[in-house]
Amino acid sequence: MGLETIQLVNFLLPLGLLVFAYLLGAWIERRHYRDILAREAGLRSFPVVTFETLPDNWQVESVELVSGSVVISLDYFKRVIAGLRALVGGRVKTYEPLLDRARREAVLRMVEHAQANGYDAIANVRLETSRLANSRGDGNGTAGIEMLAFGTALSLSRR
Amino acid sequence: MQNRGGIILSNTETVPGKRIVEFYGVVTGNTVRAKHLGRDIMAGLKNIVGGELVGYTELLQESRNEATDRMVEQARSMGANAVVNVRFATSSIAQGAAELFAYGTGVRVE
Repeated sequence: MGLETIQLVNFLLPLGLLVFAYLLGAWIERRHYRDILAREAGLRSFPVVTFETLPDNWQVESVELVSGSVVISLDYFKRVIAGLRALVGGRVKTYEPLLDRARREAVLRMVEHAQANGYDAIANVRLETSRLANSRGDGNGTAGIEMLAFGTALSLSRR
Repeated sequence: MQNRGGIILSNTETVPGKRIVEFYGVVTGNTVRAKHLGRDIMAGLKNIVGGELVGYTELLQESRNEATDRMVEQARSMGANAVVNVRFATSSIAQGAAELFAYGTGVRVE
């Protein structure tokens, strides 16, 4: 291999990776959003609330702590864009859909678990976000972001 | 997360539908976990295209369950039959290791 070939590979490889990550990442995100919207539509009649004072006419039979979580990571292309954005500051648009869909996924998992176990509602829902440390320790890359949703599932005898 | 061995867990201030008769104080449970190398390599690959890192989701869920179990054990040893106002916390304490922490108030309900 001549020097030019090596230089060409050095230039094209990250570029190819960038294009590959962009296409596949965008596809995964679109598919995930379609999935989230479909599942949310199916659970619309299930009460999930962030307060703990229940309506007076609800008669609670039993309760259970339920949770749902997901660890999600950004694709390479969007990470590069976010890195560039960090140089000038401002709104980091590429991160917004990531956090949004992770949070909705966590809530959906919690609700689906509660429904599968015969509960009728979830009260006092709390959401938490934490960033997992990466093992490289150089601050580059990411090990992902965890979204946790938890609440008290209620089984009602009357409502 | 089930009602473990008769101990009721709830993140509300009281157990809905029940009355608190006695308070036992704060109960806690924690666990520190490091990442598994095999999972880390898979996650590294997954980082290119983005999306869910299933291995980590499971790892954290298992760890949180263990922290909760320890909290429940402490509540049981105090004589409580429920833990109310349960909260979870996660903190990265070292490279590649995280502490998962669960805490609440041990109470007796009837």
